[in-house]
Amino acid sequence: MSDPASLKHTPLESAHLACGARMVEFGGWLMPVQYSGIMDEHKVVRSSTGMFDISHMGEVTVEGPGALVWLEGLLTNRVGKLGVSRGQYTLMLDEKAGVIDDLIIYRTGENSYFLVINGACRDLDLDWMRSHLPSDGSVELRDQGNEYAAIALQGPDSEKVLSSLYPSCEIPKRNGISCLAPTQGGIPSLVARTGYTGEDGFELFVPVASGIALWESLLAAGVKPCGLGARDTLRLEMGYPLNGSDLSRDRTPLEAGLDKFSGINDPEKGDFSGRAALERQRAEGLPSRLTPLKLTVSGPPLRSHYPVLSEGVIVGKTCSGALSPSLGDGIAMAYLSPSLNAPGTALEIEVRGRRYPATVETIPFYKKPAR
Amino acid sequence: MNVPSDLRYAKTHEWIRAEGDVVTVGITDHAQNELTDIVYAEPPKVGAEVKAGATAAVVESVKAASDIYSPLSGTVTEVNADLSGNPALLNTDPFGKGWIYKMKSSNSAEINVLLTPEAYSAQIGQ
Repeated sequence: MSDPASLKHTPLESAHLACGARMVEFGGWLMPVQYSGIMDEHKVVRSSTGMFDISHMGEVTVEGPGALVWLEGLLTNRVGKLGVSRGQYTLMLDEKAGVIDDLIIYRTGENSYFLVINGACRDLDLDWMRSHLPSDGSVELRDQGNEYAAIALQGPDSEKVLSSLYPSCEIPKRNGISCLAPTQGGIPSLVARTGYTGEDGFELFVPVASGIALWESLLAAGVKPCGLGARDTLRLEMGYPLNGSDLSRDRTPLEAGLDKFSGINDPEKGDFSGRAALERQRAEGLPSRLTPLKLTVSGPPLRSHYPVLSEGVIVGKTCSGALSPSLGDGIAMAYLSPSLNAPGTALEIEVRGRRYPATVETIPFYKKPAR
Repeated sequence: MNVPSDLRYAKTHEWIRAEGDVVTVGITDHAQNELTDIVYAEPPKVGAEVKAGATAAVVESVKAASDIYSPLSGTVTEVNADLSGNPALLNTDPFGKGWIYKMKSSNSAEINVLLTPEAYSAQIGQ
């Protein structure tokens, strides 16, 4: 744990403590890891609705006549294809195509964009962005990370809850964004239909001063507080990567299996940071591939840094792992040679010196039942 | 938190119940509450030699794996087979059906170093 005095605090901290949260350090932030229990919170999000404080994530607005051209060079997705009020998952790569961050970009106006970046690398992302800004002043970048409180409302009943609390709000469609409430103090409250759980849901961005009131109104509407523990098991069941665990500057999006977000398959996407390295890697072949694994016997929960073996030889280690609350099985991700990536490949995972049989799966691990 | 008065406790939140020369070992109510949802338990093997203060078992919640230290030295004589199918017994009945293993102590003097219920209650702040 880093120095407690240097930990950053979410504007919702007092609300978490009032809800009985256990707080832990995460990426330099003091955040709730759980309230009633990870299993319980996980299942609530899969079956009704839960809410997560995501105020640690960073918000960045990009505006100006040069915004589009600059963003096209900064990110892997074709920003120009985004309609106003639409959002898309994308990646910010360095020259070697290593992942600096994965993020969501929303187009909020003709020449304005709203970027939501990971909490643990806010400063790093902003440094990278600022150092690549054009010198002609055509792009205005503003870090609004400390101006927003943010809550993710997730689960199949999310729309019902949102429309009952905000009857006049225009509910966005999947990956869309709209205004949640009139602008206060120059900061628009936004609602995006995005998330990190695999369920329908919304990410709500409101001025810091309105954060607790939003949390309490959701609580009063019966939404269950959920912590980072459930957020991690929910995202892992979907096979969504976590930057810092599954993504890093040492791996490219092709290695991470994010081919369709890598930009190089879009014939109309121009040059961007990392493109040449991605093209080169695709031509030469991938050194590794992020591989979903599942234990085939009942065993201990999987975690990161466990050795993965093929025919008795260590071939990699897990970068994420959990006991899947929905499936009841140990699941994990590991960077392995592409020769071991085929679904059904038999492997072993070593936990405290014991080897457990595992198999290569396909993601999502959790397939949603029809409702 | 429940701290039964007929048990002795280790600072590391294990309890023992001594009956004749058989000693039963488990984790306390406080420990299970701190660990939260226990989803996996790995008791020692029958016949294993355990040492006071050394890791004898592992229990895991969704979030973390935690070592369980043997309060006493000796030989494991029995393990709780129900835990493999129902590790949640450690949460629901830590002093009863959630026991982890039984052992034969090789050094009865070690019991005297363990905490009394009063001392353990003080340690956990109640």
